Amino acid sequence: MKVSRRDLLAGAAGAVALGTTAAGQPPTDPTKVRGKPSRALGQRAATEKPQRQPRGVTSSGTPHQDLYGTITPSDLHFERHHGGVPEIDPKTYSLLIHGMVERPTVFTLADLKRFPAVSRVHFLECSGNFGGRGTATELTPQQIAGLTSTSEWTGVALATLFREVGASAKAKWFLAEGQDAAVLTRSVPVSKAYDDALIAYGQNGEAIRPEQGYPARLFLPGWEGNASVKWLRRIELSDRPFMTREETSKYTDPMADGTARLFSFLMDARSLITYPAYPVTLSRGWVEINGIAWTGSGKIRRVDVSTDGGVTWTPAKLQEPVLSKAHTRFRHLWNWTGGDAVIMSRAVDETGYAQPTKEKLIASRGISSVGYHTNPITGWQVRADGTVIYHANPWTTT
Amino acid sequence: MTSLRSDRFWRATAWHAERLLTAACVVGAIVAAGDRATVALGAQAATPPAKKAAATAAPAKPPATLGIGRPATPAEIAALDIDIGPEGAGLPPGRGTAADGAPIYAARCAGCHGKSGKEGPNDVLVGRLPGDAFPFARDPRAPKTIGSYWPYATTVFDYIRRAMPPDAPGSLKDEEVYGLVAYLLALNELIPQDAVVDAASLPKVQMPARVHFVPDTRGQPKASAAPLVHKERKER
Repeated sequence: MKVSRRDLLAGAAGAVALGTTAAGQPPTDPTKVRGKPSRALGQRAATEKPQRQPRGVTSSGTPHQDLYGTITPSDLHFERHHGGVPEIDPKTYSLLIHGMVERPTVFTLADLKRFPAVSRVHFLECSGNFGGRGTATELTPQQIAGLTSTSEWTGVALATLFREVGASAKAKWFLAEGQDAAVLTRSVPVSKAYDDALIAYGQNGEAIRPEQGYPARLFLPGWEGNASVKWLRRIELSDRPFMTREETSKYTDPMADGTARLFSFLMDARSLITYPAYPVTLSRGWVEINGIAWTGSGKIRRVDVSTDGGVTWTPAKLQEPVLSKAHTRFRHLWNWTGGDAVIMSRAVDETGYAQPTKEKLIASRGISSVGYHTNPITGWQVRADGTVIYHANPWTTT
Repeated sequence: MTSLRSDRFWRATAWHAERLLTAACVVGAIVAAGDRATVALGAQAATPPAKKAAATAAPAKPPATLGIGRPATPAEIAALDIDIGPEGAGLPPGRGTAADGAPIYAARCAGCHGKSGKEGPNDVLVGRLPGDAFPFARDPRAPKTIGSYWPYATTVFDYIRRAMPPDAPGSLKDEEVYGLVAYLLALNELIPQDAVVDAASLPKVQMPARVHFVPDTRGQPKASAAPLVHKERKER
């Protein structure tokens, strides 16, 4: 670990050599310049600058157009919060579980880490994740659907904690409460705890990022992000839901039949082509169309790709392993010979659910019920000059 | 699903238990009491070592609970247990009227929600629709106010007390919250102007939108549905 004088001198010499090229640019011939010394914390290549895109001060989206594979780098995971990102001291953090339990218990962060742990790869998506409703065409994948990301989450199964505190068999719901300025609360069915819910403290091999709930959060695989309460400070078990603001006046879905859905947790299947997409310019020849598909119902079974605006569809290749409730990369080789084309993707999940068209969604939900759970088939228009724009399909109330 | 989870739990914990068990046997002593996990695992260690020595022996089964965490005191629970149930559970002592709430609203709320609760720029809080219609799926201009969309009056108290106002969240006293709730419910013509809002009266306020809310049924298996059969369903 010790840095020798020789290393420092070599580094200085390298800096001189670098000085002969434009500032921040790599040297013309890296074999003629001694490279950088080892360092305590890695950084991206100076030429790579992926960025989240904040929308106001309460959310920012993942730059899907800059990413490969399925795992979202933690610093590019989307964020959405209702009272800002709190700073929480891990040494004083605690989680209280009470209500319909035999032993109301306080767990420190160290306590949570003592329990048998599980690690699972899952997507997390805000149910308000659709930005392609209008007529704008200069929109990136990040702007269309940046509020979904995939990480490996590590934590303790909530079922383990419920067993530890002696959860009553009569408890049907639990309240999850955050330690942020919104003290955000959601009611969750206890059955989800015994299915696959986690109290997560790890994200992609390290501690969860502050924007994702440091030091510990609830994680409900496949369900709308809002219910996976971050900065979790309290869980209360009950025999009925609590009807909090976030699950009544928000995060409910008016339907075309005059009802409104309560507790619409499930995130339905969706896909998004991330290449080619705005603002790419294509050259003629073979293009590997690719993107991500995901479903809260389990695994993606198939993704169909169309290069003629939805007239014909061809199954794309899915990158193995296809994981349950996780982003799945799909790829489809296409020979673009020039001329206008509209490329689209459509996901089908293991339950047989198929990603709907905008028209099907409107028939079911109504034209204005588009705030949450909006997962229509979307596409990109490739123009004759090779420029690619969002294939706008406006939601109008005419 | 529950039984699968249990199996995984036991498999995962068994490994830890076995390591501790081995250590306990070698030392030949049971670690002093004081920690529930140690006590429980010590009890495991007291079983005959011959059982463990057998090549085909099953891993030691860990106790039903691991004894991690400490009991929560009633005071600790009371300090955090601020939620209000839809039937009024958790509502604190105190009371308020619209007259009590009006000056608080003007000072602390009007900046974001408008002078009369209708102007914004943040959420529009006040307003009923003719005939208490519920046009939200077809009319994007219909505002989702407390009077037109919120299904439970108790939620108003819970949310204001926990999260408002954003520049000083959680700073309002219970009496102030009761006054604000009374003011907002009265502006929405859900209660008379002079009505007293307290723990007894608030849960009884009839919310017009309530009848429209139904549980989401997506993802619920139908009796006849065969899972994993590739058949595309109607959009739900």
